Amino acid sequence: METKKNQWIGWVYLAPAIILMLVFMAFPLIITTIVAFRNDYRIGFGLLQLVYPADGFDGIQSYFAGLNYGFGAFRTVFKNEYFWSYYMVNTLIIVFVSVPLTITLSLLIAVALNSIKKLQKFFQTIFFMPYVTNSIALGMVFAVMFGSNPNGLINSLLISMGNNAIDWLGAATDGNSSALMIRFTGMAVLIIYIVWQALPFKILILLSGLQGIDKQYYQAAQIDGTSKFRTLMRITVPLLSPQIIYLMITSFIGSFKEYNSVVALFNKDGYPVTGANIPYFGTIVLYIYNNVVMMPHVASAAALILFVIILLFTGLNSWISNKFVHY
Amino acid sequence: MDIRLENLTKIFSEKDSEVRAVDNLDITIPSGKLVGLLGPSGCGKSTTLYMIAGLLNPTSGKIHFGDQDVTELAPEKRGIGLVFQNYALYPHLTVRQNILFPLQNMKVPKAEALERAQKVADLVDIGNLMNRKPKQLSGGQQQRVAIARALVKSPDVLLLDEPLSNLDARLRLQTREEIKRIQRETGITTVFVTHDQEEAMSISDEIVVMKFGVEQQKGAPQEVYNNPVNKFVAKFLGTPPINFFNGEVKNGGLYIGEERILDSKLPNQEVCVGIRPEGFEVAENGSLTVKVEQIEYIGRDKSIVATNPNSENPTFRFIIDADIKGVEVGKYLKGNIKPNKCFAFDKTTESRLQ
Repeated sequence: METKKNQWIGWVYLAPAIILMLVFMAFPLIITTIVAFRNDYRIGFGLLQLVYPADGFDGIQSYFAGLNYGFGAFRTVFKNEYFWSYYMVNTLIIVFVSVPLTITLSLLIAVALNSIKKLQKFFQTIFFMPYVTNSIALGMVFAVMFGSNPNGLINSLLISMGNNAIDWLGAATDGNSSALMIRFTGMAVLIIYIVWQALPFKILILLSGLQGIDKQYYQAAQIDGTSKFRTLMRITVPLLSPQIIYLMITSFIGSFKEYNSVVALFNKDGYPVTGANIPYFGTIVLYIYNNVVMMPHVASAAALILFVIILLFTGLNSWISNKFVHY
Repeated sequence: MDIRLENLTKIFSEKDSEVRAVDNLDITIPSGKLVGLLGPSGCGKSTTLYMIAGLLNPTSGKIHFGDQDVTELAPEKRGIGLVFQNYALYPHLTVRQNILFPLQNMKVPKAEALERAQKVADLVDIGNLMNRKPKQLSGGQQQRVAIARALVKSPDVLLLDEPLSNLDARLRLQTREEIKRIQRETGITTVFVTHDQEEAMSISDEIVVMKFGVEQQKGAPQEVYNNPVNKFVAKFLGTPPINFFNGEVKNGGLYIGEERILDSKLPNQEVCVGIRPEGFEVAENGSLTVKVEQIEYIGRDKSIVATNPNSENPTFRFIIDADIKGVEVGKYLKGNIKPNKCFAFDKTTESRLQ
């Protein structure tokens, strides 16, 4: 009797969360999946058109004909001339460059922060600043820093050292830089921006992980004459592996969904300058977002593709990490 | 290799206060001996050990290993093995990898390292657990792994920080014999820290009793027990603990109340009399009268809890032969005091007078 009663109370406590989840997660997920398999769908169609033909119900024959389901939206995505070469490639570059870079850097910074006594809180605050700053504002600061004209901060540094100015973000109108060059420098700046923005949270997590490690391990290592590098690789990293794995999985997922940084640094189409027509810096989410209004079924299909990629990748990730977290 | 500490001092200073954790410690730890640093918590014994290890820098004073002054030497260059209180075994490494760890730092060739690891593991009797993770081991086994890891690099000095405090009572007994055996087999100069006097007395060749960072007495355990230099040492060594009475020296005798228990050559004064529990011999016309409150049989002995108006504590304990008849709760009991189990201490300085 009592367990039954307790269960009932448990469901009541869970209800708000479950209802919100159903409304805002499960329902859109299902609708998105359905819409993705429509060959044609417009915003104005509304929910009913998912089960009814657009022009009303008149006989079973035309019902199925009018439903118009298939893989058309997926075909549209895959046939897009920029989907693979820009949107997908850019996303993969961001994922596989920025995540390892961020985790390595944040680990080194966290270890360094943990080892200093004076000014630790001060530096902790400094490193945490990007986390509490608006990312669009940060993007604008970066855009100014890497400005194409000779007055940009980085360019004026380069010039003062006797180098030529570089069109970092491809925003110059003179058209002197090649497309490849623009893509390379632009992606480099984008990744610097992403890494820099992603550091604070990871430093915070790793630092708290470090502070939880028993100092005696380090004393034992010291007495055995372990070098700094070996201590880091053989003691710190393994003992931090739960935190590192957590950060890996969450930031891989986050990077697959990278969008903000592109909009902040370039513009909402992923073009270096407004009016250009090649999405140099587009990511998958950018592609999804740009198609939402005109072709919701195509956006849904792309979203589903991204979902499957992330799902597979996260599965792989946790399968591998199970082999590395030892305790 | 012997260890000499010269005027070793460690002061921990905070903003507006400072603590003398170790104060002018001046001791020599003879080569190849097992020496116990003994004292209540906060007496500076662990600090001393960590200074010998090099993990703490002394505020002043010198540490010599043999002829070498190691005061300024980094821990890894001192040739020591240290066993931590919580063992500090690397949880992600197997027993074998844990033991190999110091050897890999020393760039010992792999085959030789494996052989040495196996040898030292066999010595501490964990040779069959090499592939386990520390988590899969019992406390006693973890302890042995920690000792193996400390010994594998053939250190000149082995340091143990409260080596038995994490073990249960039965394992503690077994492990302390084990430590003694390992120490004897390797002949390595060993220093260990403990607050447990029984532990220290049972395995040490020598003990150093400390209080507030100051050495109180050093010597063979039985010698220190038999001849404590002051009230603190007398109180700290022995279970059940020594009993203290308010006494007086007058007329060439040592008095508790109006009862003359022993002769004394001391000048007339008030003293604190300490009597070991085993120092009371029941006798019909004995010199000290106590009232029996409780009797406990502990095997071949009988432990009586008794009262006396001059006792410092409300009750005290004597251990007498279980065969003695006529000991009853609520009755008075008379007994003589064995002179070698009875000490007199100065009332104020607490140092030993007799």
